[in-house]
Amino acid sequence: MSALAESAESRHEQADDSRRLLPPAGSAPSLAAHQGRYGPLPALRGESAALIAAVEASGLRGRGGAGFPTARKLAAVAAGRNAVVVANGVEGEPASHKDALLLRINPQLVLDGAVAAAAAVGAARIIVAVARGSSAAASVASAIAARAESGERIPIELAEAPARFVTGEETALVQWLNGRPAKPAFVPPRPYERGVGGRPTLVQNVETLAGIALIARFGPAWFRALGSAEEPGTVLLTLTGAVARAGVAEVESGTSLRAVLGPLDNLPARPQAVLVGGYFGTWISAAGALDAPLCAAGLRPYGATPGTRSLAVLPHTSCGLVETARVAAYLARESAGQCGPCVFGLAAMTAAMDSIARCDGSARDAVLRLRRLSPQITGRGACAHPNGATRLVESALAVFADELGHHLAGHCTARPGPALLPIPAASEVWR
Amino acid sequence: MSDRETLRLRVDPIRCDAYGHCAELLPELIELDEWGYPMIADGPVPAGLEREARRVVSLCPRLALLLEQRRA
Repeated sequence: MSALAESAESRHEQADDSRRLLPPAGSAPSLAAHQGRYGPLPALRGESAALIAAVEASGLRGRGGAGFPTARKLAAVAAGRNAVVVANGVEGEPASHKDALLLRINPQLVLDGAVAAAAAVGAARIIVAVARGSSAAASVASAIAARAESGERIPIELAEAPARFVTGEETALVQWLNGRPAKPAFVPPRPYERGVGGRPTLVQNVETLAGIALIARFGPAWFRALGSAEEPGTVLLTLTGAVARAGVAEVESGTSLRAVLGPLDNLPARPQAVLVGGYFGTWISAAGALDAPLCAAGLRPYGATPGTRSLAVLPHTSCGLVETARVAAYLARESAGQCGPCVFGLAAMTAAMDSIARCDGSARDAVLRLRRLSPQITGRGACAHPNGATRLVESALAVFADELGHHLAGHCTARPGPALLPIPAASEVWR
Repeated sequence: MSDRETLRLRVDPIRCDAYGHCAELLPELIELDEWGYPMIADGPVPAGLEREARRVVSLCPRLALLLEQRRA
């Protein structure tokens, strides 16, 4: 590992901040400018074991939501033959925009990571998947073309998957790439065993691949200089809701939300709670969320995980139960419709949350109903979709317990206003 | 004894169509949720129920049940 790292270190003596995921400019640089900034990708032929060892030493974990150790995934795919690499930028989570932004303004770094990963696992084909209609598609296409012109050996394709909540789940994406509807599959086999065209397939989030590109150049020790021992490096966050400036930020892993948000006086309203990890995520009251380190260890006491690292700030003027009811209905609608407990369970959960949100006469029964539903839903789908929906609803009932009391008494204390959490338009497209 | 293979009963929820035969045949390990889909008890199949577990796997009309071998 260190040979790869040291040679890279000696070749480039750039200032540290030029080595980050997000470039200072808001648009994608040319391939030449990209290489000028980061330096060329070290030659990787015959060094696959070295790169996997470097990634292992770096402690890099997947940035797509699950946080799986990247080196283990690389090694599992490398154990097979004729692998395929899928750079996953589908990002179905409505509260997350970091993958689209990264692909839009730094596509070459993602492609560097995909090329390095392909060399490491012995792949001869790379597919970059984005959501259909994504603003990132154009910049990825021109980045691929620029590489082809400069003599890139490995063919890279762009694929635009249906833009839905679950279509970026790795088995769903592989299903779609194999010509079937983009719906999750029962595992095993996992994609690393049998994926695109039946081949071992490395499905890796685009931010993770960009991390691999930096580790291939600057080495694991450099990567570990930021973040915690358990979760090193920088991470991309998406901030939405009642924030001074919504958008994507690159911060050291483990940074607190308070540090990211800046002075609270600058916020449009006093924060009440934060939805951490997107619509699959967990509500945390602002009292806890503002100072929790945004990493797995820091969020564990709140029953949360970083997930996709999207953070939606709920102002004190909004109702967390109303917002959760809207998102629960969205998640029910976005079920792939394959597993009974997900189809029926999420529909029942939506009806109960709706009753609570509207403070109607059956709200009290709805709370009891939700308690009976949770164990019948969690862990009972082919994918994690039903688990995520249950976690969201359970955390809402706990964090907004006071407001729940008001709703059971027949009234909501929130100020009337526009809905906070974005809900994408309905789609019937699975192919 | 420590690295004995154990059997776990699983359902493929995509295949399952809630016929419910499994819970009828193996109530010791399987109960149905309120929509009729099987909920399988956690943990390995007890040695005394292995024969019955194999039988429900073969009798599922959707072939949605499977026994997975795991190291104990």
